[in-house]
Amino acid sequence: MMRSLSITPEKCTGCLQCEMACSYENEGVFNPAKSRIKVFMFEHEGRHVPYTCTQCADAWCKNACPTEAIQINAATGAKEINQGLCVGCKVCTIACPFGTVNYNQATGKVIKCDLCGGDPACAKACPTQAITFVDADWTGYDKMRSWAQRTDTQTTAQA
Amino acid sequence: MRYAIIGPGPTGVVAAETLRAQDPDAEIDLYGDEPEPAYSRMAIPYLLAGDIEESGTYLRHKPGHFEAIGVRHIRDAVTRVDSAGRQLTLASGATAGYDKLLIATGSRPVKPPVEGLNQPFIHHCWTLEDARLIAQEAHEGTRVVLLGAGFIGSIIMEALVRRKVKLTVVERGDRMVPRMMDQVSGNLIKQWCISRGVEVQTSTTINAVKPDPTGSARYLLATDHGDLAADLVVVAAGIRPTIDFLEGSGVAIRNGVRVNEYLESSVPGIYAAGDVCEGLDWNTGHHAIHAIQPVAVEMARLAALNMTGTKALYTGSLAMNVLDTLGLIAASYGQWEGVDGGDSAELLDAPEYRYIKLQFDGDCLVGAITLGLTQHVGVLRGLIQSRVRLGDWKLRLMQDPSRIMEAYLACTQ
Repeated sequence: MMRSLSITPEKCTGCLQCEMACSYENEGVFNPAKSRIKVFMFEHEGRHVPYTCTQCADAWCKNACPTEAIQINAATGAKEINQGLCVGCKVCTIACPFGTVNYNQATGKVIKCDLCGGDPACAKACPTQAITFVDADWTGYDKMRSWAQRTDTQTTAQA
Repeated sequence: MRYAIIGPGPTGVVAAETLRAQDPDAEIDLYGDEPEPAYSRMAIPYLLAGDIEESGTYLRHKPGHFEAIGVRHIRDAVTRVDSAGRQLTLASGATAGYDKLLIATGSRPVKPPVEGLNQPFIHHCWTLEDARLIAQEAHEGTRVVLLGAGFIGSIIMEALVRRKVKLTVVERGDRMVPRMMDQVSGNLIKQWCISRGVEVQTSTTINAVKPDPTGSARYLLATDHGDLAADLVVVAAGIRPTIDFLEGSGVAIRNGVRVNEYLESSVPGIYAAGDVCEGLDWNTGHHAIHAIQPVAVEMARLAALNMTGTKALYTGSLAMNVLDTLGLIAASYGQWEGVDGGDSAELLDAPEYRYIKLQFDGDCLVGAITLGLTQHVGVLRGLIQSRVRLGDWKLRLMQDPSRIMEAYLACTQ
């Protein structure tokens, strides 16, 4: 069964454990700046919003790639960067309207959430279950998906 | 049904694959005049820098991909389109019929009116063959003059610098990348290049390329600010859609091939997509060429659907670009020059080469420029393309334009 990240901002306390876990899992260091998930703090409202790639069905990043470097992991459905094929052109970083593909200057390649191969570290690290990894059909991502469609001229084909 | 696609770049390849997916029995002919596998010109700077092999530029990595999906990749140039007879004339002299045609020829570099450009050791940087020639000739200490500091000139600088050449860049405009960057950012990019050992001369025109009479260099380039010595000249003075072969075809052309909302040209049955195509810019309401991969492949897919009879409306594209000039990353979106009656906000940190400028129409974002930003840049597209009303967040962005991601989350989540 395909699973995806479900994020409930109301449950987030802004502890940043997800950023630390992501950075450690993917970069081997505890450095939130290297995290693929980012918590945005709205201090005046006391609101914290964890944010990462939603693994869109018709991925803007994948369509934008000139070297076939963004591929779908058949097991997890994640859109993954093939580091060997990525040339670092960054077109995916401007094409993704959610801003969730980022350029890593240290490697000269782009990075994005790959669901940690099917066992995302951010969800495991979250102490309040603001981030969970659940059956894809259950997630509150419908809102984001409908958002994607509103901005998505790629889905306007009619039979 | 027999489909012909002219141009084996990303547009042609995506169109061929879409046609095949839609119509398992169709004949699909993909024409290109280069003797290479279908490849991505965008990857050439990384080939020249030594980051990838030639195979890294190929659009499809699976060997025999096109044969496997029944697409004939014909290495021949189309020189004439007879739209009444639905027939193509090829450079080899052969002719070939078609039922529906996609023009995906992209663009070609412009040769500026400079005396003496038709000599050896003077190249564009456009094709794989150009890259091979430049790679043969650009070595440590080679005096290279790059003619043009537009997008292509700027993006190949890194490769030339990494080949340890002695690089001088000459740009006619008053800043670098004048068609993508404003005064502030274009001049910051110039300063950045100078700080990295590249000589940059803006507001300078090269008038002639002549042999160096002293023999110390291969050429002397006469500019309006004196002579420049060069062993190798790379010409990156702009590009133009490849449309010469359409003469007499009846296909209407302005800057590129004009298409309607179904990506069909003025001649029924002839479609266009990609960098050769002048489609709707929904952000301005005018027609424009948006020569960038995401636009090209989206047009390709929709054009192919329309060619097979599945109505697929093209709602237009948004101008956007991203550029890496010797490690300084710049992006621009939409109407970055601003709109009449709109507001603008900018934040500049010149010593750190960081800059962000936002353009608003009412309380909607319609354009942006960034320099030195690598995190969440794409959200600018989300903000512009979704036409989200920013409300209170407009004021917050006017005060601090760097808060784009927060604005996006606050207005959409």
